Amino acid sequence: MAAGLSVDFLREKLKRELEAEHVEVEDTSANRCAASFKVLIVSPKFEGKPLLQRHRLVNSCLAEELKEIHAFEQKTLTPEQWAKENQN
Amino acid sequence: MSTSLRLLSRALRARPVPQPCRRLLSQDSSSRERLDALVKKDKVVVFMKGTPAQPLCGFSNAVVQILRMHGVEDYATYNVLEDQDLRQGIKNYSNWPTIPQVYLNGEFVGGCDILLQMHQNGDLVEELKKLGMRSALLDADKGQEKK
Repeated sequence: MAAGLSVDFLREKLKRELEAEHVEVEDTSANRCAASFKVLIVSPKFEGKPLLQRHRLVNSCLAEELKEIHAFEQKTLTPEQWAKENQN
Repeated sequence: MSTSLRLLSRALRARPVPQPCRRLLSQDSSSRERLDALVKKDKVVVFMKGTPAQPLCGFSNAVVQILRMHGVEDYATYNVLEDQDLRQGIKNYSNWPTIPQVYLNGEFVGGCDILLQMHQNGDLVEELKKLGMRSALLDADKGQEKK
């Protein structure tokens, strides 16, 4: 795996740059042939933005890293949506 | 045996096209104009790995399965594994780093995650309606209600 692409590194970078209040990063590389990650990001920055824009925000935050990542799954929630999901 | 293996591995290592050459190729077969025409030619367009009959990636397969659930049978697909210029070109075109990529009415809507969420929250049914396509899930729901 490329240097710097650890779960911790990605989590901290997403938290910092997206002002996220909650980030989960899962390394799913074992299921695939190359570096793969699944992330859940909860950030107030997503408010009022459609899904595509939220994902673009995440993609641009990790533009450099994504060059080394083979598969990247993301779920992007606002704090409000996250609270609602936790109720269920 | 070991000599031929060594030769083979050397040949494989030497395979990448030199950079200037590659740039020329991509300008030629995956120019913005060509991709623009490609995504606008059909109402539903998917750039994927493999084909709907034989997807070669779990995420591409998921997109195919979602469209199938909605009864979308008539859509254009392009296998990026058969065309390296297309593979990179479409990423540049949409400014989106991954495959698959789904286009509705010439507009980029997202990859597998987004299509899946649009499927789950009902947006996909609405988007298909805008294209004049009726999602098969609507009829499936009705069938269940009657029972």
